[in-house]
Amino acid sequence: MSMTNFLVTGVGGQGTLLAADIIAQVGLAQGLDAKKSEVHGMAQRGGVVVSHVRWGEKVHSPLIALGTADFLIGQEVVEGGRFLHYLKPGGVLLLSSETLPPPSLTLSKMEYPPAQKVIDAARQITDRIIFIAAPKLAEELGNRRVANTILLGALSAQMPDVDPKFWLDVIVRRVPQKAVEVNRKAFELGRKMGQEI
Amino acid sequence: MEKALLSGNEAIARGAWEAGAEVAAAYPGTPSTEILQAFATFDDVYAEWSANEKVALDVAVGAAYAGKRALAAMKHVGLNVASEVLFYSSYTGINAGLVIVTADDPGMHSSQNEQDNRNYARFAKVPMLEPSDSQEAKDFTILAYELSEEYDTPVMIRSTTRVSHAKSLVALGERTVHPQRKYERNPAKYVMIPSNARGRHPVIEERIRKLREWAETAEINRIVWGDRKLGIISAGAAYNYAREVFPNASFLKLGMAWPLPERLIREFAAGVEQLIVVEELDPFIEDWVRRLGIQVRGKDIFPMVGEFTLDVVRESAEKAGLLPPSGRKPAPPLADLPPRPPVMCAGCGHRDVFWILRKLKVVVNSDIGCYSLAVLPPLDTTDTIGCMGASIGVASGMTIAGLGKFRGRPRRNVAVIGDSTFFHTGLPALASAVYNQTPVTVIVLDNRNTGMTGHQGNPASGDTLQGRPGKRIDIAEVARAMGVEYVATVESRDWPALEKAIREALDFPGPAVVVSHDICVFREHYTREPYRIIEDACNGCTLCFRIGCPAIMKSKVIDVESGRPKAYIDPAQCVGCGQCYDVCARQAIEPGAPIEFNL
Repeated sequence: MSMTNFLVTGVGGQGTLLAADIIAQVGLAQGLDAKKSEVHGMAQRGGVVVSHVRWGEKVHSPLIALGTADFLIGQEVVEGGRFLHYLKPGGVLLLSSETLPPPSLTLSKMEYPPAQKVIDAARQITDRIIFIAAPKLAEELGNRRVANTILLGALSAQMPDVDPKFWLDVIVRRVPQKAVEVNRKAFELGRKMGQEI
Repeated sequence: MEKALLSGNEAIARGAWEAGAEVAAAYPGTPSTEILQAFATFDDVYAEWSANEKVALDVAVGAAYAGKRALAAMKHVGLNVASEVLFYSSYTGINAGLVIVTADDPGMHSSQNEQDNRNYARFAKVPMLEPSDSQEAKDFTILAYELSEEYDTPVMIRSTTRVSHAKSLVALGERTVHPQRKYERNPAKYVMIPSNARGRHPVIEERIRKLREWAETAEINRIVWGDRKLGIISAGAAYNYAREVFPNASFLKLGMAWPLPERLIREFAAGVEQLIVVEELDPFIEDWVRRLGIQVRGKDIFPMVGEFTLDVVRESAEKAGLLPPSGRKPAPPLADLPPRPPVMCAGCGHRDVFWILRKLKVVVNSDIGCYSLAVLPPLDTTDTIGCMGASIGVASGMTIAGLGKFRGRPRRNVAVIGDSTFFHTGLPALASAVYNQTPVTVIVLDNRNTGMTGHQGNPASGDTLQGRPGKRIDIAEVARAMGVEYVATVESRDWPALEKAIREALDFPGPAVVVSHDICVFREHYTREPYRIIEDACNGCTLCFRIGCPAIMKSKVIDVESGRPKAYIDPAQCVGCGQCYDVCARQAIEPGAPIEFNL
């Protein structure tokens, strides 16, 4: 039975749950079954947020298994790295260049790792790695909040069987009216970024 | 038919609304909170945050007695608080339908234990339905109201984190409006004095017998025949994993957790070569099957501890030889990444109080809420946390026991409790301390909302769930009215006043209460722009790191003399509270400019 597994990871406040919601709804829009799962509660306190999304003819488990994510969307460098072991061999890593150093670093000898560390580790699993300067690109578009839409655009480019119209329809439905245009632009920009591997 | 992507919690709320429920009450608690939040948005309903789960369930019982379909929702440990209501309402039965939702938390994502609340159904002799996904969550809730009225019983819905917080497709239906049932006085049924209760007990035994009969043929308990070599009984979230790990096996999917059927299980067991039960937490189904004299395996294969995942179920099954070894070896997690535990927000007023308590070196008997994060470094200033409201009683006991000596010096203790927790179960403990004149010191962290679960209103805020006019209750006035003779009210940002009040309270010969107004940055704002490190003055002493503010981090600039990184304040995260300014010993922090508000 064919199943598409997504894992979206980030830090509380980054819009991880919304991005995962959009992915689930794009699955449904194509007439597939879809489930998503995450843990709420502590996430608001700057904690780790992980959301599982699955598409398929019939989805039973709302959680994906280790090493089976077709797409790992890391909205932040460390949180992308923390869940690399969910990525399927040959799967796609979409990693944002966003860095949010956890407060635990201030009183430890540990350093925030360079993105290269995560990328090098990912190369052991897959060649399909897309590293996107999403925060910088979003800022250039005039709205930092569209960084996630850029990532979704890149994701859509990696899923050639899915008509981009499905993505845009859901995104337009889920963002505030006044931000529709900038999200459209962010999505198109993301699609361009996502074609380069 | 319109379909929507709903969480299990949203689906339960939708089901209650479609079933015509009109009254709902709850106390927030992960993973149950969104049930009431979703229900409150529907037309023609009343929904409230009650002061605790017991009150919430009493309110729902009262509404059901009065003839309106009612809902109460809580997390698993909330049902401990409401359990007395569960037991009497089982005896009295209801009038209009009453559904009680318990949302369990296997894996303890945000709880103090992982109790399996299916045990409550058996214990209180109340039927319990257990959905596996959002569609079932909605359908089972509607069915629960029908069963409730047909069998004159509260009906429980048991969800878990992976049902409550997973989203899947749900077919939406219309609301069925039920005329209010007539309330008729019936003391033999509704007044549980011993002589009446004795009359009720046989009634509920007969009721559970009839419900077991219903369970034998209920559609929600269904057999899916597959390969007869392996038969699996499963329910709830565990069913989803089992279906995927054993795609060809035969299944008995139990939608009703209690009472469990007998003939149906015998039929299934007789039809398969080997029988196993896949269930999270306790061997609840397994024990029942075994009691029927049927050979079965379960907890010798699958863990009793923690949350199930596909990996847990698959690996356990492979180890037991139920599946051929897949040989699949997922990569190990990437090592040496900085951890990211949850932290108190930048500007959180709780930090002020724990900073002072740390300085005073008192034993801290704390409680449930955002402030439980003070147990983590760098604040690391908490000795005990048990359950909602435990702080005051435990602190009283420690005070009575004298705490003895600590490293040759007398060591004193304080209870620390949030405003919502104070109204939840702190009040009786304070009454007890006043009555017995236990000289316990109680610090109430009053940030006027229920923070941890998402900033809900409570008696300390006066904000109500549906925006109806409420009334704020002043905690200091409550303490005075209860006879506490030392009551101080302080602003947490005023450290000298806060420390003075806590010291006076510790020295006071009777019960003493300090109400600290802690700003919650989700409700109130500071009036300064972000603070800034004066780089020339900072020598990297790390003192400001020790308050654990997420806005303060190491600078890339290294102090030449000390060789340590200087501090840096992230202007995007700093809310201008000034805690770092107060702690800095070198005047190396510059306050932000006052913010001009255009009112």
